Amino acid sequence: MLSTPKISLFLTQAGELSRFTARFFRQWTKPRLEISEFLRQCFVIGYKSLPLIGLTAFIMGLVLTMQLRPSMVDYGVESQLPAIVGIAIVREIGPVITALIFAGKIGSSIGAELGSMKVTEQIDAMEVSGTNPFKYLVVTRTMAATLMLPVLTMLGDAISLYGSWLGVNIRSTTSFDLFWMQVFDNLSYADVLPAFFKSYFFGFAVGIIGCYKGYNSSKGTEGVGRSANSAVVISSVIIFIIDLLAVQVTDVFGFN
Amino acid sequence: MTEEVTTIKSNPIAVPETVLIIQHLYKSFGDNRVLADFSLELKKGETVIVLGKSGSGKSVLIKCIIGLLKADKGSIKVFGKNIPDITPDELDQIRARVGFLFQSNALYDSMTVRENLEFPLRRHWIKLSQEEVNRMVIDSLEDVGLAHTVDMMPVELSGGMRKRIALARTLILKPEIILYDEPTTGLDPITGKEIIDLMMEIRKKYNTTSLIISHDMNCVKMPGARVVILVDGCCYANGSYDQLIKNIDRKVKQFFQ
Repeated sequence: MLSTPKISLFLTQAGELSRFTARFFRQWTKPRLEISEFLRQCFVIGYKSLPLIGLTAFIMGLVLTMQLRPSMVDYGVESQLPAIVGIAIVREIGPVITALIFAGKIGSSIGAELGSMKVTEQIDAMEVSGTNPFKYLVVTRTMAATLMLPVLTMLGDAISLYGSWLGVNIRSTTSFDLFWMQVFDNLSYADVLPAFFKSYFFGFAVGIIGCYKGYNSSKGTEGVGRSANSAVVISSVIIFIIDLLAVQVTDVFGFN
Repeated sequence: MTEEVTTIKSNPIAVPETVLIIQHLYKSFGDNRVLADFSLELKKGETVIVLGKSGSGKSVLIKCIIGLLKADKGSIKVFGKNIPDITPDELDQIRARVGFLFQSNALYDSMTVRENLEFPLRRHWIKLSQEEVNRMVIDSLEDVGLAHTVDMMPVELSGGMRKRIALARTLILKPEIILYDEPTTGLDPITGKEIIDLMMEIRKKYNTTSLIISHDMNCVKMPGARVVILVDGCCYANGSYDQLIKNIDRKVKQFFQ
C-alpha cells in the first residue's frame, strides 16, 4: 500500500507539473518567438528520430502479421489479414508504439539535456544573457515534440504496413496494390483521425514531462540520470492514460 | 530596447558614482537564513572581494544582485535601479551592463566557442552585422589569449581554457560591472594565478567594477581590492587585505591563518 509521504509526493509532483504546463500555455505565444531554435528542435526531435521509429515500425508490422496469420487461417479469414492489420496498426498499435519509442528516445534526451544544463548553471547563464530560458528551452522542445510525433506516427504506420505486406508474402503471394487496396478499403476517417489527433497529445506529454523533469533537476549528475529515467517512465504511463481517455472520447462521439 | 541600452551606455551622466548599493538584504531557504541584514556599496572602478566560508551565502548574494534569486527583504540598487522592483525588460537592460562569470563556467555544451560568445550579443537585441559580430568575438577571445579556439567545442578545452572562454563571453558585451563567482575554484594554483592576472588586466583595460566571490587567498591579495568578510549572513568586516590581516578578531583571523 502507498504510504502517506508517497501520496503526498505524488500529489506535489502532479501539482508542480500542472503549474509547469500552465506556464507553458502562458508563455508560448509571448514574444520573443524562438523560431530558429524551434526549427532546430523539429529537426533533432523529428528527423533524427525517424530511423529508430521506422525500424521498430517495420518490425512491428512484420511480426504482427506473422503472429496473426495462423489464427486467421484457422478461422478461414486469411484474406482479411491486410484489413485487420491495417486497422490495428492505424487505430492503436502504430500511435502507441511510436509514442512509447518516442518517449524512450526524446523524453530521456530532453530530460538529460535540460537536467545537465540546470546543474551546470547553463540555464542561469541563458537568463543572464537576456534570454527567457523557459521559452528557449521548454516551449521550443515541447512544441517540436507535439508537432513531430503525429508526422512520425503517420510515417511509422506506412512503414509498418509495408512490413506487414512483406509478412503476408512470406507464406502467400499478395500484390503490393492489392494489399494497399484491402487496407484502405477497410479504413475510414473514423479510424485515422482520432489516432492522428491523439498523437498530438502523446507528443505534448512526452515534451512537457521531459522538460519538467530536466528543468527541475537537482542533486548533480545523479539527479540528471534520475530526471532522464523518470521522464521516460512518467511519459510512458501518461501515454497509456491518454490512450484510455481517447478511446472513451471517441466512443462518446461514435467513432468506435 | 537596443537603442535604450546604447543610450545608457554612451551617456556618462546616467552612471552614478556608486554603481551598486545593497541595503539590509535578507534571504532564507526554508529555515536556513543565508543572508541577514547584509549591506554593501560598490563605487565605479572599485574591486570588492567577498570572502566567506563554503555555504555562507556568497553565491546567493551575487545571484540576488543579477536577479537570478529574489531576496526576501532589502534593496539592491544597480545603476540606481532597485532589482527587486524592476520589470523583466529593465532587468535585461541591467544584465547587458553587468557581466557574470559562473563558478561552473556555464558554457553551452552544444555550441562552439564562437556560438557561445555570439549568444549574449544576439540575445540582447544588439543589431550588428556578421562582420562586427565576428570582430567582437575575436577581440574578446584575444583578450583572454584564446583566439585559436574559436571553432572548438567546450568539451575539447581544459578547465583553465573553459574559464577563460567563459570570461571572454562575459566581456563581449563590455560590461561595466563584472560579478565573479569563485573564479579560481577547481583550478590548479598556477592556472588560478593566471586567471587572477587576467582579471586584473581586464580591470585595468576596461576600468570595470568587480565584485569577486572567493575563498581563495591568492584572489584576496589582489592589489587595490577591498575585502568584505561575510559571516552569519552579514558583512562582518571590511577593509584592505593589509588592514584585515592585522585584525585581532577571532572570526576575521580564522580566514587569514
